[in-house]
Amino acid sequence: MTDYETRLQSWAGRELMAPRFGQDAVNVPMIRHWVEAMADDNPVYLDEEAARASGRDGIVAPASMMQGWTMRGYAASVRPAPEPASEPSAADELNGLLAEGGYTSVVATDSEFEFHRELVPGDRVSVEETVESISPEKKTALGAGRFISTVRTYRDANGEVVATQRWRTLRFRPKEKPEPKALRPRPAINQDNAFWFDAAREHRLVIQRCAECKSLRHPPGPCCPQCGSFEWDTVEASGEGHVHTYVVNHHPRHPAFEYPLVVAVIELAEGTRLIANMTGVAPADVEIGMPVVVDWIDPDPDLSLPAFRPAEKKGA
Amino acid sequence: MSVLPGAAAIAGIGATEFSKDSGRSELRLACEAVLAAVTDAGLQPSDVDGMVTFTADTSAEIHIARNLGLGELTFFSRVGHGGGAACATVQQAAMAVATGVADVVVCYRAFNERSGTRYGLGQADRPMDVSADRAAYSWMTPSGLATPAQWVAMFARRYMHEYGATSEDFGRIAVVDRRRAATNPAAWFYGRPITLEDHQASRWIAEPLRLLDCCQESDGGQALVVVSAERARDLPHPPALIWGAAQGSGNDQHMMTSYYRSEITGIPEMGLVGRQLYAQSRLTPADVQAAVLYDHFTPLVLPQLEELGFCARGEAKDFVADGNLELGGRLPFNTHGGQLGEAYLHGMNGIAEGVRLVRGTSVNQPGDVHNVLVTAGTGVPTSGLVLGADM
Repeated sequence: MTDYETRLQSWAGRELMAPRFGQDAVNVPMIRHWVEAMADDNPVYLDEEAARASGRDGIVAPASMMQGWTMRGYAASVRPAPEPASEPSAADELNGLLAEGGYTSVVATDSEFEFHRELVPGDRVSVEETVESISPEKKTALGAGRFISTVRTYRDANGEVVATQRWRTLRFRPKEKPEPKALRPRPAINQDNAFWFDAAREHRLVIQRCAECKSLRHPPGPCCPQCGSFEWDTVEASGEGHVHTYVVNHHPRHPAFEYPLVVAVIELAEGTRLIANMTGVAPADVEIGMPVVVDWIDPDPDLSLPAFRPAEKKGA
Repeated sequence: MSVLPGAAAIAGIGATEFSKDSGRSELRLACEAVLAAVTDAGLQPSDVDGMVTFTADTSAEIHIARNLGLGELTFFSRVGHGGGAACATVQQAAMAVATGVADVVVCYRAFNERSGTRYGLGQADRPMDVSADRAAYSWMTPSGLATPAQWVAMFARRYMHEYGATSEDFGRIAVVDRRRAATNPAAWFYGRPITLEDHQASRWIAEPLRLLDCCQESDGGQALVVVSAERARDLPHPPALIWGAAQGSGNDQHMMTSYYRSEITGIPEMGLVGRQLYAQSRLTPADVQAAVLYDHFTPLVLPQLEELGFCARGEAKDFVADGNLELGGRLPFNTHGGQLGEAYLHGMNGIAEGVRLVRGTSVNQPGDVHNVLVTAGTGVPTSGLVLGADM
């Protein structure tokens, strides 16, 4: 057992909180607020006659108020008392030990009550808490953590046990939240280029063609530089071509890409060129003139782009 | 022939310091540079009646005119396409002066390009619209081709393939730039020369470009005062006459990515600029004694030497390796240290160095300089100047 484990396990059976009385005795106004808020219309909580008719001596507090009677109140939660200069509390000490293991987050998982008698107006209630067990580290959906089980004992003014509570929390190491994957820079889609990116989403590599003189052009534009026609259609590219030139990018790094990143100017068999990434080839193996074929990439749901990979050698 | 050659001159130059974090607004940098240039020309702010800058500049002429008390302006214009605008601002000023629409025109460019928006980071995360300019990036940024270094690397790889140029050939440009910057107190890399070994050891940015192939990024401002040649002769400094001033946009021109031309190893828009410059100035490459060539990335200096007729196509690597760009060489080059060595001021600091070369006041002044050729950005629609001493 590691030293840390030993120090943790030494807490089993140790008192976490000394007996402490609640601020107010069990009282009718607080019962009234509770049952109104809970919309609990059981008459035994407020109606003496109904309570006696049920065999009780008078009204009783709802069992689920047990913990509430010992809570330290609103003020203590928003304006914690300054730490006394004396030694830290046992709870502080355990929290520190858990934080040392990285278990800095907490979530309550179980609360099991056993009630020994019903509380009645005038009862003063105290609570004390003891560590029952600390589990080995467990993997959970929230992150790796340990279940801390404690027992809280509720007593009346005479020290008689009125309820016990088995209280379990998960103290866990918060998972590193994975950064949402960065998207590649978006193409600026407009009326002159939308057709090309629409086709790309269907994994079709198209080339703009002048409807008049039939010359091909890329990047596309609204007007044919050869004949001046604004009429155009497209042809589907064979997907074959060769590397005209290329770069291997190292810096600066954009989070959507993996580096070193090859970007090439590909000359298609049809004669037009386009800028594209390369797949299936190490940066050091790219060569000018290398025959390539189209190989689609879908970096994210809204973006598909043609990439190019080395063509199979003829006859191989 | 045109009325332009020799009609106007650069009479004043002024700049802020070149830094990585100016600590001042871009407007203030522009005002400081303009005021320094006007003072250098021996003029008053109220003499200025024309202003030209880049469309990329964030400080419109009215803000500078108002702050410096320039008063009324009769000519104001802007030129697009990033660093390609540099020499074109002087061309517009010279045309305005030659045609009489303005008498004193200030060309300026000021930015916090290092401490503010860095162009080197590329276009990948720029805001989206669907203009033609923005849509042009649709063909590259989704594939991760998004920065100027990457765009230039694509040309460089093909140039190496066709002409047998190597990374060392690019590195020699950086070495010359940094050697000149090392003796220029205004240069960021003053006192910090590099060797070819340093270049070869620098990390890849976008193969085949290494870190030392890429120019620095800078904060600063630079301004130039253009007046008529006649007026310039009455001002304190020897005039840098504008014998040639040209713009060029080539066939099938794109911004930094003209990859769709049959050949991509040349810079046809620079060839177009060069032909105009020589025709205007009635000079030939043999008449040019020094050059300030745009050097945002080393590989595109080589085809500039070829397009401008200093060597044959594909031979720039040998021209450079033979030492022609050194101070005692055939074509002393980027005597201020270039943008790699002095500062990245979108080419405007190179024009100021052209003026100093004509004045004979460069910190690295070669002997006997009569005509200087200055170029603007490469890979983009560009521009150039031939500046010369008075006859």
